[in-house]
Amino acid sequence: MSIIVQLMLLFLIVCAIAVCVTKDLLTSVVIYMAYSMIMSIVWITMQSPDLAITEAAVGAGITSLLLFLALKKIHAIDARNEVRRKHAEKQRGGEHHGEEE
Amino acid sequence: MAKKNKKSRWIDRMNGWLSDEEGALEREMEAAQEQAAAPDIEKLSPAEIRWAKEEQEEEARIEAAMHDWTEKKALPFARAMYNLLCVGICVTMIALLLYTVTVLPAFGDPSHPINNEVSARYIENGLQETGAVNIVTGMILDYRAFDTLGESSVLFTAAMVVLFLLRKDKDSARYSQLAQTMDQNPHSDTYYEPKNDIILQKTATILVPIVLLLGVYVVLNGHLSPGGGFSGGAIMGAGLILYVTAFGFAKMRRFFTYKTYQRVVLVALLTYALSKCYSFYTGANHIESVIPLGTPGAILSSGLILVLNICVGFIVACTMYCFYAVFRKGEL
Repeated sequence: MSIIVQLMLLFLIVCAIAVCVTKDLLTSVVIYMAYSMIMSIVWITMQSPDLAITEAAVGAGITSLLLFLALKKIHAIDARNEVRRKHAEKQRGGEHHGEEE
Repeated sequence: MAKKNKKSRWIDRMNGWLSDEEGALEREMEAAQEQAAAPDIEKLSPAEIRWAKEEQEEEARIEAAMHDWTEKKALPFARAMYNLLCVGICVTMIALLLYTVTVLPAFGDPSHPINNEVSARYIENGLQETGAVNIVTGMILDYRAFDTLGESSVLFTAAMVVLFLLRKDKDSARYSQLAQTMDQNPHSDTYYEPKNDIILQKTATILVPIVLLLGVYVVLNGHLSPGGGFSGGAIMGAGLILYVTAFGFAKMRRFFTYKTYQRVVLVALLTYALSKCYSFYTGANHIESVIPLGTPGAILSSGLILVLNICVGFIVACTMYCFYAVFRKGEL
């Protein structure tokens, strides 16, 4: 097993942990896409190209797309921007408040 | 007169029950209670009233005792039994499953049939029996074609369920109203449809034909090179999705509507089932199949596998696009 394959397997482990640890749903879907891309290359190195084709099309393409759409449906992407905006406002408000005191 | 009155009331009551009028039963019960309670006080003697009171007290006492018993004994007992049964059933199931695992042959055991007879037979006779150079496709669509039919049907069922749950119903006035408000709401994800993004459109113009061609290639060469119906269908579905994202649903509907989806999937599933029926029938009755296997390596070879691959490819491509469209917009 060459060093590149070992590096890719390491990357897979890191990705898998990152998907679980990440709080933001959109980021975890993007990480999952990266996981699928690397996994399809690993399949090729394991000499199963048909699995690689399927992994690239289904894992990196369609599953992630459907997950994005689901996030959009439950307004998780909008809510994320909303939370950031509120957070920024809060920080600004907090600074303002501090100056007053 | 009175008799007639009673009878008409009886008919009214019957009608009320039959037409499932709301509160018919309750009114009935109230009337019965009034009838029972009305004559009591005036006609009864003091002794009878006292008996009635004693009876009532006795009933109340019994009821209180019953209540106490349920609260203090029966409910805690039921809760304890519930917890006990939960733990007991879980432990029993785990023990059963673990016991089953111990009975399984050891992993990588050379004497296990998986490791000698079956795979060796497939590798030795696969090319002769199925005519497919790609042994994986020969396995999936010939030896185990029944599984693949099940998989296609599962995909079809999943698409049907998604359609049931997410498809907008045009007949329902309430829903069309809701859809209208959704389309007019800037926060809704269908408001900016189609987006007409110039970068996406130019990229799609170049990429979509290539992606679709690659999908068709993978499907048609399923028995010769890696891939097959499912992978090729997924690639074609991805191409359709890219097209619809770039150019919008109005352009897509010129050649792909709900009716197209229904017809394509129905015809593909039926063709698959019928051709597999034929080969099962001939195989079970030891009749020589009239479909020639052809020379291995040619496009028109390996009997029914090419047909089955095309069927599976159509089903998967249409279903992937259907998933996307229904999730995105609620209709095809």
